[in-house]
Amino acid sequence: MRTLSPRQIAHHLGRTRRDFLRDAAGMALGASLMGTSPFVYGATAAKKRKVIVITFGGGARDQETFAPEGQINIPHMLGELIPQSSFFTQVTNHGILGHYVATASLATGVYETLNNFSAVPPQHPTVFEYFRKDLKRPVSDAWVVAPSNGFNRIGESDCRSYGPGLGARVILPKHLLSAATSGSNAAYGHLLHDNYETPLYAPQIEGGEFELKQLDTILKLSVDDFKAHARMLSSPDELSVYIARRLMRQESPSLLWITMHDIDIAHSGAYSLYVDAIRRTDRLCADLWKAVQEEPEYAGNTTLLILPDFGRDADQDSGGNGFQHHRTGDPASRTTWMMALGAGVRPGVIYDNPIQSIDLVPSIGSIMGFTAEQSQGKPIKELL
Amino acid sequence: MLPRNLQADQFAAYPPQARKLAVSHLAALQQLPLSFLAALLRELIEYDFKFPAERAAIDQELAHLNSLSSAQITEWFHPFSVLSLSPQLESFDWVNHPAQFVEQESAYLWSTHQLDAFRQAATGYVDRLRPALAVEPLPVRRLGIAVIGQGVASYEAPLFRDLRAHGTYFGQVKPDNGLDLLLDGVEARAKSHPAPYGHWYVDGGASARQSPLLTNVGYQALEPVRANLLKYMQTEIARPGMGPEELRSDLARLLPADLGMDKDGDTVLDRFQVKLFTEGSGTQIFSTTFAQWTAREALRRAQPLTLLVRFAPRQRQRPMNELLSSPNANPELDLLGSLVDADMGAYYHWINQQRLPGADQSSFLVWFEGHNQALVIAPSLPRGVHSDSAMDLKGLLALATS
Repeated sequence: MRTLSPRQIAHHLGRTRRDFLRDAAGMALGASLMGTSPFVYGATAAKKRKVIVITFGGGARDQETFAPEGQINIPHMLGELIPQSSFFTQVTNHGILGHYVATASLATGVYETLNNFSAVPPQHPTVFEYFRKDLKRPVSDAWVVAPSNGFNRIGESDCRSYGPGLGARVILPKHLLSAATSGSNAAYGHLLHDNYETPLYAPQIEGGEFELKQLDTILKLSVDDFKAHARMLSSPDELSVYIARRLMRQESPSLLWITMHDIDIAHSGAYSLYVDAIRRTDRLCADLWKAVQEEPEYAGNTTLLILPDFGRDADQDSGGNGFQHHRTGDPASRTTWMMALGAGVRPGVIYDNPIQSIDLVPSIGSIMGFTAEQSQGKPIKELL
Repeated sequence: MLPRNLQADQFAAYPPQARKLAVSHLAALQQLPLSFLAALLRELIEYDFKFPAERAAIDQELAHLNSLSSAQITEWFHPFSVLSLSPQLESFDWVNHPAQFVEQESAYLWSTHQLDAFRQAATGYVDRLRPALAVEPLPVRRLGIAVIGQGVASYEAPLFRDLRAHGTYFGQVKPDNGLDLLLDGVEARAKSHPAPYGHWYVDGGASARQSPLLTNVGYQALEPVRANLLKYMQTEIARPGMGPEELRSDLARLLPADLGMDKDGDTVLDRFQVKLFTEGSGTQIFSTTFAQWTAREALRRAQPLTLLVRFAPRQRQRPMNELLSSPNANPELDLLGSLVDADMGAYYHWINQQRLPGADQSSFLVWFEGHNQALVIAPSLPRGVHSDSAMDLKGLLALATS
């Protein structure tokens, strides 16, 4: 049996996704379409452009998503989103495979090395800081909806030339809910799961005056209405999407970043819960795209980028325990995908040339008209 | 301190057999790079509490390292030698706390982007070492059995999806007395081929029997241990300054007596069981995860000739804080979710079994408990086919082992 190098395995994963999508969704290969750019905009168009990033939370493997046996779990992406999207089959993450540090790396375009379990700011400027500083945008124009305690510092770095005052506002839906219910969470516990990555350590979710003010002044929601709606939801990510939709309606940020996290229940080792979470996340991505079409501020001028922060360990890697973790650093855990759809995107096209997760920030910069000067990634030419 | 400065008296705190082994191989240990040596010491320091298969593997590895010349050691371990470690790591007491060292080393390698190089070095080392180790022929073909779906009345979706290509699917199984027939078969193998920790019965719920012929691990039997652990975790989490990494380190130090296990018990098995809870992820809250992880660890460490794992329903998902609080005597169960978990657990059981010596001759049987669906993988059976033969579990077991 021939042993494949990590690079060959990553390439194979990308090709497998490509072949699957060509068969399942009738998509075209992107290489033949290169040459004319759909992103030709004047200054006015760039000013109106909105970008939404969804991190497909917790990482999901091909056999549960973009492989023939996984398609049952992603009917919305396959049937509704992919036909409208440019799909990148081979996105690699060469950084640390912890969710906070990897998401911070996605947001800065640099492989960050911060402690995954500490609430510390990224070391390099975030996409929000580049966006706001270069384009002179107000604080209300960049928002992050983040899943858990650890992510509350992701909005801005501690970089001296950017940093405090130039980042995004971060909203933590679970903290909002905790504040709204005054810590009495009996009816809402299912929406307050936290820190799956370390299932042994579950810190208390806290929320207070600050969160209640966010609810009232920004989301324009009464505590009672919020609680009533939350009762109808089934998971933390549903709560996040609900909050994101309120933000879109009330604040209409041009740059909105939503980090999904339900899938990380995989760390508990329960395969059924992991697959349920993939199905839910698939549905929520489609719901959010529908919301984009329904909001006048977003319809027609929004680019949606969906990508996992990284994958999960392969079944065959003896150093791991399959779907449960992302600890081995094997190609399956490092190689993932990205979907781009909406304004300026060629629909129904597959690109299988390798890109890196840190290419996201400079690409958003190219789309929106700012320069991510400290990013170590490169703009993805297929999006330019 | 670096490995070349190692002295025999630095192993004074090691258990007796581990100390003896370390001292007798001191010259070889002194030549190894720290990035490798700490991982070796992490295994060595536990030598007195390891299963026979693990001890044999350590013995052989050390003997082989001893047989290498200095030039060969330099060449073999070059990929490890070029990894850079921090001065803090080098000054850590890695002789006495190798597990903590490896944990910190891992974090350092990730943060300095050296993890992939370490992974490559480790894979290369194992590939070189494997042919040098003697593989004893097995006295009997290795057999894995997974029993899944306890309590599920009906299930329409296909089962054993990942295993079907490797074996024969049986759709007309006679389920009567199925579990007893399987346990009888496992006991018969233990009688015919006795071996310490050679034949296991793992139950994710209440064990159907406690056989003196078998190594028995049961989730329900370990309930007091689990309750003590959850209580300990609650106390630790509430401590100021506690974080996930500190908690993991604290848990790794727990011994059977800390969790109320009998001091006169089987030391090796008790330590193994404690580690299932302190090193596993999710084993503390979900019985399906416990059963899957136990199978994985039993195969990896004890390399049993026979391993029967019966999955039981796990509790329904609730907020993590609730799941981690003291065990609920009557939790709401998720029967269908547990079946899906166990179906994947059975697949992992087979994958882990196939990593062991004798894989090409090993057999595997998975049965949907109480129902007429099963699948058998055996060298004598065709792959990827469907059989309508009406057969009971004894007959299937005979097919698997013939």
